[in-house]
Amino acid sequence: MSMINLKHIRYVLTENPLTLVSFSLFLMFVVIAIIGPSLVPYDPLASETQYALQPPSTLHWFGTDQLGRDIFSRVIVATRLDFFIALVAVLLSFVIGSVLGAVAGYFGGWWDRIVGRLLDTIMAFPLFVLAMAIVAAMGNTVENIVYATAIINLPFYARVARAEVNVLRNAPFVEAALVSGNSHFKLLSMQIFPNAMPPMMVQLSLNMGWAILNAAGLSFIGLGVKPPDAEWGIMVAEGANYIISGEWWVALFPGAVLMLAVFCFNLLGDGLRDIFDPRKRT
Amino acid sequence: MTIPLLQVQDLCVNFQTRLGQVRALENINFSINKGETVAVVGESGSGKSVTASAILGILDKAGRVDKGEIVFAGMKLLAFSQRELSEIRGREIAMIFQNPRAALNPIRSVGRQIEDVLQTHGPVAQGDLRERALSALRDVNISSPEHRYHQYPFELSGGMCQRVMIAMAISCRPSLLIADEPTTGLDVTTQANIMDLIKQKATELNMSTLLITHDLNMAAQYCDRIVVMHAGHVVESATTAELYANPSHPYTQRLIAATPADHGSVDDIAAIPGNLPNLLHDTPNCRFAARCEWVEEKCRSEPLAYVQLGASHEVACWRAQYYASA
Amino acid sequence: MWKTLQTVLGRLLQAIPAIIGIIIVTFVLTRALPGDPAVYFAGPAADKESIAAIRHELGLDKPMYAQFVIYVENLFHGNWGTSLTTGRPVIEELGRRLPASIELTLCALIFAVVIALPLGMLSATRPDSWIDHVTRVLVTMGVSLPTFFTGLFFIYLFYYKLGIAPSPLGRLDVVYLSPPKVTGFYLIDSLIAGDWEIFFASLKQLILPAITLGLFVLAPLARMTRASMLQVLASDFIRTARANGLPARKVLLTYGFRNALLPILTTMGMVFSFLLGSNVLVEKVYAWPGIGSFAIEALVASDYAAVQGFVLAMAILYVMLNLLIDVAYTLVDPRVKFSGG
Repeated sequence: MSMINLKHIRYVLTENPLTLVSFSLFLMFVVIAIIGPSLVPYDPLASETQYALQPPSTLHWFGTDQLGRDIFSRVIVATRLDFFIALVAVLLSFVIGSVLGAVAGYFGGWWDRIVGRLLDTIMAFPLFVLAMAIVAAMGNTVENIVYATAIINLPFYARVARAEVNVLRNAPFVEAALVSGNSHFKLLSMQIFPNAMPPMMVQLSLNMGWAILNAAGLSFIGLGVKPPDAEWGIMVAEGANYIISGEWWVALFPGAVLMLAVFCFNLLGDGLRDIFDPRKRT
Repeated sequence: MTIPLLQVQDLCVNFQTRLGQVRALENINFSINKGETVAVVGESGSGKSVTASAILGILDKAGRVDKGEIVFAGMKLLAFSQRELSEIRGREIAMIFQNPRAALNPIRSVGRQIEDVLQTHGPVAQGDLRERALSALRDVNISSPEHRYHQYPFELSGGMCQRVMIAMAISCRPSLLIADEPTTGLDVTTQANIMDLIKQKATELNMSTLLITHDLNMAAQYCDRIVVMHAGHVVESATTAELYANPSHPYTQRLIAATPADHGSVDDIAAIPGNLPNLLHDTPNCRFAARCEWVEEKCRSEPLAYVQLGASHEVACWRAQYYASA
Repeated sequence: MWKTLQTVLGRLLQAIPAIIGIIIVTFVLTRALPGDPAVYFAGPAADKESIAAIRHELGLDKPMYAQFVIYVENLFHGNWGTSLTTGRPVIEELGRRLPASIELTLCALIFAVVIALPLGMLSATRPDSWIDHVTRVLVTMGVSLPTFFTGLFFIYLFYYKLGIAPSPLGRLDVVYLSPPKVTGFYLIDSLIAGDWEIFFASLKQLILPAITLGLFVLAPLARMTRASMLQVLASDFIRTARANGLPARKVLLTYGFRNALLPILTTMGMVFSFLLGSNVLVEKVYAWPGIGSFAIEALVASDYAAVQGFVLAMAILYVMLNLLIDVAYTLVDPRVKFSGG
């Protein structure tokens, strides 16, 4: 962690302009997610069927959908929902995953085996299929999308945490601390964990992108988010029916914004990697 | 006076790094005659491997030959394209490396690897390929070559891997073999075996050898002439006998003093104080100045002086004229 | 030869815990899905008595572990329940639709490999050049695209606007009859039947869905190829090969790429996970009659025997694909043969 100082961060930001762009984009999205819904021009749920399927205009920047709802407002509002889902899911999987991984890496033995089996079982499924199964089994709600996304992302954090903790466990300072009477838990939380953090930070950003895609994908096939809620995936699904007849805007705008958000997180992940762990550039 | 097989003249090599330009080699001069074995001796970082890489044209991407000439059998190698060089590599000039197991393709059988080299410098009829490979293995005293042929580097000992590399190198009967620290990483007995093998083959094939090493004793034992390098400069070059009789550069003297075999016990090893200078900064003209006990102002301000001490004895130290070693 | 067989067998054994885990999860799934397992196991044509009989058969009145045993028995006997929507056994439906999904996934994989690997190699031989940077950006964009969105966009652009793509309504245009079934893969079957017209018609329908599906995995493949090649090209044995005068092509391909293949194969696991998962989305967008669209219909209709069957089928497929990767790995790397496994 001592390697990371402002000078280094500034160097990374200026060296690759894309990183700067992604940081700014990320901030923009965060701002939209927080204050956007209170600033939208139209009620995202208000349907006025006489204005259905109108192309983009000065009145409706993104046009209207099949129920006459303003797409621009819905896209803005959807930002909050999608970010919320992604954030909570990723945080959950991060916390649970890294704890599991840390325990497995630190104590080894049976712990390692049990956690290993659990992870293997999760990873035995194609991840999206597992998410589908979980949401279908637990019920068609937004919360369950969060849980499903959290579960399928667990293994990444568990593995990274386990690997890092395993390496650090044998470090001399750990031996010294143990000898001077520190408990395992204190050691794990105070000393080892902060050192294992940097590579996981990169993973967090990338996972946010995947989590958004996952949530959108589930909504697209009808799992999780239900109409009339505004979420990017379900908006694309609704717009899909109108692509063939030429009303492209219904699906395009939510899809484009979705893509932008994921792109932003991917670039951000690359930038974070350059800051925290430059050795692993690909 | 015969024309040397290889002549390196005023060679200068620069490396472009993130922190600046590193002048890895400056005015390197030496030559190798037909059938001769020459050693280039120095600490790690002295530039000896860079010299070897420059000859073959396999310098790291960041490296560039700034000045100088490399003449091999009348050909000016620095003017050659990569394509032209690849015709010479393995056929006229061959090279073997340290850490032989890592220097071989881990997922290809040793037999196939030898065949690859044979085929490159062919033409060899398909049917003969295997036979030639087997005979190459026999050539380096590898027993049961038919069995070894199918094996992979990880199944062979370090010494065996080095033999394989030698087999690949001499398979096309090159006139010059460059051996870059061929015994590093091997145990002492194997080291001797490998060096004996190289010597044997060199004599058999009338092949010149350029031995790169940090082991002065090995150089003394196997080589006709020794070139001593320090921080990218050639500081002294002479025949082995002459070098030991009259080591004239302070560095050479220290090197000889620091080499275990010359002394009865390990305690007598006199370490050479100081480290290699940082070649990024303005290098003083003599790069040994910081570590030399006889350094004077002249050493830092004037360009390096090369003094001819005898028929084939050259030293890069102005004091050498006045001070013969004890 | 014998050693290869030994390793393959060893890998098969290693897959067993994964399969056990999968069966447990799907068992939990059947009990966790809303509704009465007996009802949806019985199918649409069931009446009260047959449902009661099925309930007894499934052992739903027995303790959990007994139920599990019965469940596993049923699985192995091919009794995966009956589909509510079609009335036919789930396993039959899956079997009928599986070739469509596999053909699509395979084509997507071929597309991705053919594009990503050479791109990755090119980037590795010219690091930090403009080619390298452009590839990076393109490939990062590819992995940001939501698959379903890309599909829709392609349909809009190529079908609606440009009119060069066929109507996205499945594997074959209505005017054609599907080729006589040998493998279930239209491409192969039409070739076997010698019918070029149907071959090209099927190919046309495949192009857009396959590209849509494969686009997402271009990134991990190209990135890994680049990284792996860079690492291999910097290694000692490449230097030896060059020093021995081996031609540049041989160094790059036989010595470079083959060695770089190993980490790329490892990436394939993740690639297959994406492909199988996104398969569902692509099948919905292009109305592709595979097991993915079957599952989506089943979800909507609360046809839970079908959903469970789909999950199980996908998981087993994934396990087998991973097995294939492992076997391929041992074939490429002779060192693996000799390790304990």
